[in-house]
Amino acid sequence: MYVVACIKQVPDTTQVQIDPVTNTLVRDGIPFIVNPYDTHALEESLRMKARYGFKAAALSMGPPNTEATLRKALALGVDEAILCSDRAFGGADTLSTSNVLAAAIRKLAQEDEVGIVFCGKQTIDGDTAQVGPGIAIRLGFSQLTLVDRIEHLDFLSKKIRVRRKLEGRYEIVEAKLPAMITVVRELNRPRYPTVPMRLKAAKAEVKVWDNNELKLDPNSVGLKGSPTWVSRIFSPQRAAGEIIGDGMGDPAGTARLLLEKLVASDMLAV
Amino acid sequence: MQPDPVIFTPLLAAACAIFAWSCYRRFSLVAVGAAEDRFSSLPERLQGMFEFAFLQKRVVSRPFGVNHLFIFWSFLILAVANTEFLVAGVFPAARLSAVLPQALYLPLVFVFDVVSLCALTAVAIALVRRAVAPPYEGARTGEAFGILSMIGTLMLAYFGLHAAEIALGAEGAAQSMPVSRALSSLLSGEGGETLKSVAQVSWWLHAGVLLFFLNYLPYSKHMHILAAIPNCFFKGLDAPNTQPREEFVEGNVYGAGSIDRFTWKDLFDSFSCTECGRCEKSCPAASTGKPLNPRLVMHDIKVNLLANGDLLQRGGEPTVPVIGDAEGSIRPDALWSCTSCGACLAACPVFIEQMPKITKMRRHLVQMEADFPEELLNLFENMEQRSNPWGIAPGERGKWAGGRDVRQFEAGKTEYLYFVGCAGSFDSRSKQVTLAMTRIMEAAGVSFGILGKEEKCCGDSLRRLGNEYLFDKMARENVAQFQEKGVTKVVTQCPHCFTTLKNDYRQYGLELEVIPHAEFIESLLAQGKLKLDHHEKKGGNIVFHDSCYLGRHNGVYEAPRTVIAQATGSAPAEMERNRENSFCCGAGGGRMWMEEHLGERINLNRVNEALAGKPSTICTTCPYCMTMMEDGLKDRSNGGTNVKDIAELVAEGLKA
Repeated sequence: MYVVACIKQVPDTTQVQIDPVTNTLVRDGIPFIVNPYDTHALEESLRMKARYGFKAAALSMGPPNTEATLRKALALGVDEAILCSDRAFGGADTLSTSNVLAAAIRKLAQEDEVGIVFCGKQTIDGDTAQVGPGIAIRLGFSQLTLVDRIEHLDFLSKKIRVRRKLEGRYEIVEAKLPAMITVVRELNRPRYPTVPMRLKAAKAEVKVWDNNELKLDPNSVGLKGSPTWVSRIFSPQRAAGEIIGDGMGDPAGTARLLLEKLVASDMLAV
Repeated sequence: MQPDPVIFTPLLAAACAIFAWSCYRRFSLVAVGAAEDRFSSLPERLQGMFEFAFLQKRVVSRPFGVNHLFIFWSFLILAVANTEFLVAGVFPAARLSAVLPQALYLPLVFVFDVVSLCALTAVAIALVRRAVAPPYEGARTGEAFGILSMIGTLMLAYFGLHAAEIALGAEGAAQSMPVSRALSSLLSGEGGETLKSVAQVSWWLHAGVLLFFLNYLPYSKHMHILAAIPNCFFKGLDAPNTQPREEFVEGNVYGAGSIDRFTWKDLFDSFSCTECGRCEKSCPAASTGKPLNPRLVMHDIKVNLLANGDLLQRGGEPTVPVIGDAEGSIRPDALWSCTSCGACLAACPVFIEQMPKITKMRRHLVQMEADFPEELLNLFENMEQRSNPWGIAPGERGKWAGGRDVRQFEAGKTEYLYFVGCAGSFDSRSKQVTLAMTRIMEAAGVSFGILGKEEKCCGDSLRRLGNEYLFDKMARENVAQFQEKGVTKVVTQCPHCFTTLKNDYRQYGLELEVIPHAEFIESLLAQGKLKLDHHEKKGGNIVFHDSCYLGRHNGVYEAPRTVIAQATGSAPAEMERNRENSFCCGAGGGRMWMEEHLGERINLNRVNEALAGKPSTICTTCPYCMTMMEDGLKDRSNGGTNVKDIAELVAEGLKA
């Protein structure tokens, strides 16, 4: 059985700036990283591999340089790394991205059954949180989002029980396998690659699937398959901050002042 | 009073044979370790052996060291007497008295007699010391008392034998044996038979203890009697923190995860340790209640070698892990407690290298197991992604200069590269030091440039933490950049950058002239390039804290003190533990990036020591020390004392 982790290569947003003139991301020389939430998805797939003997596959869509991200997954221990890359996939929004990824998972399922697909809850560049659910819908998988704990997994009855981390509460949900699960950071602590694994991964094969392999309708992928487009990116204006009190001279008084302000602005539940 | 050689000869032969066999068995175990060259630079090695093994320079530097020196030399001198004693037991005719001319023999006998008394006295002092004020808790072992008692018994038997022979009138050299003669007067009333029995019992006691002692040595911590002298010969000649590189190709294993992954010298170290406890006393981790104790690291390595050695020699796999919880294994939390300050290295009288072994085991944990404290995951990723420990965007480097016009380094146009370092670039407190240093260099008219955005982390923390793979990557990048830009002279303000650029990068074929800021300022002052107005600034009572990486690891002790004296008009106050004996701030060895959950906080221990002299300022020369001292002061809520870097002290005194 396969457990698949969908991972995305994103620009290191701590280093991204917005060009004030063109309102586009200045990405020159900005390094790419694995989307932080996806590292937790990857980790969980590796834990399932270790615990249940699943085959772990890492799946991504992107330009050819995304291979570097998939090599990181190989260094962490996935058995297969698959990159969906084709000029036709370029300019994709979340809808056409989930078309491609769902097709890749279907193709993988021809080799062996796919039990669980893990995704990060969202990416740090787009922040839409739509691709995971998009994949689930297209594959007809159970859809479990914002999971912070796997409570129980039962192969015989093909059921999984998870805890979802929602605002102010938790929700325990049971669903049928196969399932698509989006994960939050609290789920696990990602591992670090050992050196022998890094060296092995440097030479391992990253499978590249283009549209000849996935055979999707060209109108359903890439820019053509994307009903959304970005018209403008900008940083919202933020009001200037305010220095209150004298923290060095009168810490207690300043703390009281701060508390009063927080209470007055309804930021604290009291 | 000779026994029958027919009885003694087979006994001696058996004892010598068993001793030789034991030594062979034990010492051949070190061959399971990896190869390492410790035979280069023979003259230097012989000199080290002479100074430290025979003159015991380090031994005598601490209390009771002189006592050990007496026992050691007594041992050497009496080795001649004891050899004669054993030989004569087999060949009664081969006594020195028969072989040597009187003019030589009598003074020799005199020396033996007097030295035996010295040895007996020194052993008595050692026994009392161990009983009353042992060097560390748990030092009152049967083994320690047993060995001392054996040496004492040897001396008493020696005197018993000679006193009885003198009383019997059978000792021709009685006039040259003042101590034995004095003792013989105690036996003057005894009859001949009794005296003969005393002599006979003493002879056999002496022989018995001697042969037992010989055969006990290889199985006890007193194996150091055999191993310590060669260990001084084999001492490391390079900076001890500059660990060998590793080669990253598929199929290799990294670090020391089992006993055979250490080198033969690492293993030999464990045989050289007599558990004197000096490393433990000076170790900042051990003395603040952490699970690390360098003495026990050596002990466990020895136990592990003895447990696994036979198996490994027969081509088997080790059964006791070198990293783990049982005896013979070192706990991971002990390994992560090390600040790599090098106090253990400086304290060991016989140059055992405890700290580099810890790094080797860290290398195994990080690189083979990916098993390390949680906090380090962030550090490693920040270093790999953004080339600085905080994970701040590399584009922010160089912004410390604010509006100041600081030149980019360009070979031929700027003389020195000012390597600011991560702390100096990103840490808000250290940025003030960077600005102070810039002001000083500008005031002195120094031609310098920076790398700005192109500067990368030197990788110090990674190397000390055992992430050699990443360190290797960063070192290569830095070395390539320095070579490409034609950098030859570098000024640093962080001792960690300093040691890494100077010592570690040498392994990558880069020979730089790296000057720590304290020395650079000292030379600017000496050349009269800085005009200081220290009259306005004096009145401060400044205490100086030695950075381990400037001091112990690189021997820079005087430059900062000279600079403080010149900048303020008076020499700095000293803490109780200073220079070679300085106490770490707690942040070295990558500890800067880890939580300190166990024991007392090291920085508090040091700050308390600094505050003993009620200073107005604690002067540091390292950004980590500065952070640790400032944090420590906050915990003591001490408003009266502040922390300043040496560059700040000087910059404050610059004439406008």
